Amino acid sequence: MTAVEVGSSATSSGVQSATKSNFLATVAAYLMTNDHRRLGRMLISISAIFALATAVEGALLAAERISTSSALLGSDIIVQLFSAFRFDLIYAVTAPLMLGLAVAVVPMQIGARSLAFARAALLGFYLWFFGVVLVGTAYLNNGGPGGGDAEMVDLYFGGLGLVVAGLLLISASVATTVLTSRRAGMTLIEAPIFSWSALVTSISMLVTLPVAVGALIFVAVDHSYERSTFGASDGVNAWLGWAFGAPQVFLVAIPTLGVLAQIVATMTKGKQPLRGGLLIGVGLMSTAMLASVTQTSHTVTFSGGLGEIAKSLVPYLLFNDLSILGVLIVLGLCLLAMKNERAKLDAAFVPAFLGVGMVLTGMIGSAVQKITNLNLANTVFEEGVLVYVTYGVLLSSIGAVSYFGPRIWGRQMPSTPVIGLGLLGFLATVLASLPFFIAGFADQPAATVTDFKYSGPAWLWNSLVTVGHLLMTLVVLLFIGLAMKSFRKGELNTATSADLFESVKG
Amino acid sequence: MSTTANALGAGPKMIVRRPILVLAGLLSTVSAMVMGSMLAIWLDFRSNAPLRESTDGTKMLRDWLPENIKIPEVATNTMMMTFVITCVMAQWAIYSSRRNDSKHTSLALGVVLLTEIALINAQLAVYTQMGIGVRDGSYMTMFYAVTATMLAMIVVCTGFTLLALFRSIGGRSGDKDLVIAHAVYCYAISAIFSMLWLVVYVQK
Repeated sequence: MTAVEVGSSATSSGVQSATKSNFLATVAAYLMTNDHRRLGRMLISISAIFALATAVEGALLAAERISTSSALLGSDIIVQLFSAFRFDLIYAVTAPLMLGLAVAVVPMQIGARSLAFARAALLGFYLWFFGVVLVGTAYLNNGGPGGGDAEMVDLYFGGLGLVVAGLLLISASVATTVLTSRRAGMTLIEAPIFSWSALVTSISMLVTLPVAVGALIFVAVDHSYERSTFGASDGVNAWLGWAFGAPQVFLVAIPTLGVLAQIVATMTKGKQPLRGGLLIGVGLMSTAMLASVTQTSHTVTFSGGLGEIAKSLVPYLLFNDLSILGVLIVLGLCLLAMKNERAKLDAAFVPAFLGVGMVLTGMIGSAVQKITNLNLANTVFEEGVLVYVTYGVLLSSIGAVSYFGPRIWGRQMPSTPVIGLGLLGFLATVLASLPFFIAGFADQPAATVTDFKYSGPAWLWNSLVTVGHLLMTLVVLLFIGLAMKSFRKGELNTATSADLFESVKG
Repeated sequence: MSTTANALGAGPKMIVRRPILVLAGLLSTVSAMVMGSMLAIWLDFRSNAPLRESTDGTKMLRDWLPENIKIPEVATNTMMMTFVITCVMAQWAIYSSRRNDSKHTSLALGVVLLTEIALINAQLAVYTQMGIGVRDGSYMTMFYAVTATMLAMIVVCTGFTLLALFRSIGGRSGDKDLVIAHAVYCYAISAIFSMLWLVVYVQK
């Protein structure tokens, strides 16, 4: 009996040891991986966790504005929280999420054995991750833009530098993969539309982010030594503010068009009609790059003579509305393809389509904001634009993960919950941003939680936004749970390559 | 039975697209954008500097470069010339590499390495001769930021040269793409320095 017990104990201990060893081996394999799917999974998973924190930040900021007379948080924290919210939306959530999808999917789509310079991309992941952690630490210790702790502000600059360097490395890896690792016979024009959009985003990031690095170096050196030329920690918003809003965020949203077009192309099981037009649409969206690099906000004023209006209208249309035209072209062509009688609705289409719709709404909002007669500058309208676009990207990512997931994880996701979460995410996005569009017209100031009063029901708009952010937190949480369950115990992937990737030559 | 009848047709022609060259191109673009951004800010500050009377009172000058600062033009012009030599040597490395002449490839890369060390030395000499502190004012802070960024790019290029040199010495004479990519980055760095040289050292 004793012998059995000892044996049992020994066996159990052996199993435990083996399990522990397997677990450690898996962790180690992930930490040092050069497999693009693992790296993509890491980027997507960690971005999703950061998305939860970001939505909570948004809810806190909106809740703080429900009543202007009472304050939940200290004034220092509020300043940091506004800045952290903008940083997180773009650099901790949407950019790595889209690049993570690209890392996981692009090599499979173009028939490459692996990601080009996979170890550089892994280094990029680490730089980005630890950069976000450092930036978060700086924010928590009053070290963000306008922060009072000098050492923490230096930490913020260091962290921001790491984040940008990491994203640049990953972008370079993705761009090089699409440009050089396509299977024999596949020309660039024949590359699947998602890969094409990933290439456009990567190149756009490689061109725009270094401009931010140049300004960051000046601001950081000034803060460390002189603290007057660039406004010390306050200089961040003046010199780097453009990198935390529109149109820079549009560049991150380009792959949402690729995701939608990819899903539609395979839903119709045929060749995408007017594929060239689709590529032009995706490319047009990168005109936002021009506005980002030049850091110029082209506004239009509808007053004075026709000549004066035309003078400001042309650059306004070029810099703000050409990108919108790109999205409209892609949406139009996708809807045209849906007229194909062989088209069969895919669950992933719902969040992907709604996501692009939200991005489009944000872009239209951004263009409206540039009409100076409407006096929307420095109001919460700008925050509404940012949330529309970034939550649109989140929605699109839900579609992308459920669509590409079977090829990345090997198991399928159930359709009904994906459609349900897509619709819930749509509601969350509208609630989190539309009230700020309305409040913007009522002149609710941006980045302020006190000292504002206007004739409309301010408490209502801010309460709705709070609910919207909380709902998005719930959507992300539910989707993470659904994905974990599906990709562990869901149905095995039965889809073929033809089901998942468009056939260019149809 | 004829065996030729069952032979498989030739597969699609393999396309070698040279990822290291594309990466070098992207790295060059990133470097150019960083420096372009910094020089744009430099020009913005310079054009917005307040006006002051010249010492003889005959004309108005932009109050940008402090009067007590003298830029050592010999050292900076020598740096520009050294970059030209670097480019020629990098091209010599390609020429030799294409002819599988590993001795001359290594020699050329060795000379490139020496010129890069000379560039770093020259930049440090410029700092010493100018004798200004980074905290001394706007111009000084910006001068150190922009030139130190250039210095960092030269150091990255030196690392690239060391990599190419080690591989060449180690017998990887067939590694032509790396030598070409190295040269691409050298040319890019030279072009970037020429922008900086014109804006910061010549126009001041």
